[in-house]
Amino acid sequence: MLALLAHRFGLDVADDAVQDALVEALNWATIPDIPAAWLYTVARNRAVDRVRRDAAAARRLARAAPDLLPYDLDDEEVTPDMIDDAAYSSDEHLRLLLLCCHPALNRDTQVALTLRLVGGLTTAEIAAAFLVPEQTLAQRVVRAKRKIRDAGIPLTIPADLSLRVDALLTVLYLIFNEGYLSRGSVSGARVDLVEEAIRLTITARELLPNNPEVEGLLALELYARARHDTRFNGDELVLLDQQDRTRWDGELIEQANGLLHSALARLRPGPFQTQAVIARHHATARTAADTDWPAIASAYSMLLVMTGSPVVALNRAVAVSMADGPDVGLRLLDDVTGLDEYHLYWATKAELLVSSGDVDAAAPAFARARELATNGAEKQHLDRRIAELHGY
Amino acid sequence: MQYMILIHSEPFDAPAPGDPGFEELMAPWMEYKNKLVEGGHFVAAEQLQGTETATTIRRANDAGDTIVDGPFAETKEHLGGFYIVEAKDLDEALTLAAAVPIPAGSLEVRPVVPA
Repeated sequence: MLALLAHRFGLDVADDAVQDALVEALNWATIPDIPAAWLYTVARNRAVDRVRRDAAAARRLARAAPDLLPYDLDDEEVTPDMIDDAAYSSDEHLRLLLLCCHPALNRDTQVALTLRLVGGLTTAEIAAAFLVPEQTLAQRVVRAKRKIRDAGIPLTIPADLSLRVDALLTVLYLIFNEGYLSRGSVSGARVDLVEEAIRLTITARELLPNNPEVEGLLALELYARARHDTRFNGDELVLLDQQDRTRWDGELIEQANGLLHSALARLRPGPFQTQAVIARHHATARTAADTDWPAIASAYSMLLVMTGSPVVALNRAVAVSMADGPDVGLRLLDDVTGLDEYHLYWATKAELLVSSGDVDAAAPAFARARELATNGAEKQHLDRRIAELHGY
Repeated sequence: MQYMILIHSEPFDAPAPGDPGFEELMAPWMEYKNKLVEGGHFVAAEQLQGTETATTIRRANDAGDTIVDGPFAETKEHLGGFYIVEAKDLDEALTLAAAVPIPAGSLEVRPVVPA
């Protein structure tokens, strides 16, 4: 079966498709008359889905930036039809990713371009995710495409990949987060960015097998993916401490544990490994009350030293408040600057104020968070919290 | 494609031709140029006199020209010279630029508009 499919779709696609079909077969209630035929049909359909998705990425690229195509369309050996087949492989994805993450482009541009060309997001979606006006984002993409063309930034995999890895991983992580946050909301992602980011990270790991940060990122993504289905109640966001832990995907958590173990054994710490360590503390706590908050707070302190990011400082304040009480957390929050336009800063502040008993001060903070939130599920969650506040 | 590599660096006291140390100073530059020529990358290169020799004409709309002493902009690092190289893409141009033997400074790589 694999050989049959591989002939038509290439080995990678066929292999994944057969795996998918076998997993589906585990859920059979009754055995079909001809199991092998059924399996083949399912596997073939999965392969077609996958090829279509890859082809869709190529078409997005062709529409968005015809001059960036990895094929010379004037070359008589290559026709546009050829781009619509399995030849547009994960390797092409990686070339394109590396182009989008080229050091000749600044970080904001790398992110925007990757989401636009590889992720297929609209400029409006990207702008909302990164708290910048849509116009700014659109100009950033246009400028980037012009620079790629005029400066001759190549669509190649460089001999020394390591120089480009940090940017690539950051961009993959941002794509993952974008998908993770919009999942479950009606106005959510058109493309399944969570699966896309995991798939691209797996590819990156295959190309960079000894890189602990790639392993760390993949572990981080899998921990998050394992909790994925418990994060929403209908369209509303369910916070970590309210999630049904029995429904977390134990198999994915095991995989993530293995990856993280391998990464940490290389003794080259980095921000993604540290975030994965934090995710592991959450994923392996039997109940929310069992969470090792002091360990998480100290991991956030490490992460803050590595990144200097105000969002990390915000998360550290949360972890510290869980370990040492809301008043300590609120004091840390006062030192966090640059997040006035970030809804989670205000939502966090509001929750800490509620915990410390200052409900009056929490109300305007919730209102500000609600005003700044753009994700439907988060808005619903905040609406409910604001309504509950009147009950205190 | 052709790229111009603009060399920006702080001025330093260099030995004049014939002075001791001059040959040593020039050796890496000669070597660099030879490598460009051998690799088929060399198009042109010039070194400029220091900015203390610069004269700038400032032209305002409809207000005529003013000639002033000094460079276009007073900066710590200034344009000291350039290479024009032939490279297949930006990555190759950046590799060539990175080999310019300045001890410190900035190397700006700009594509030349094709004729």
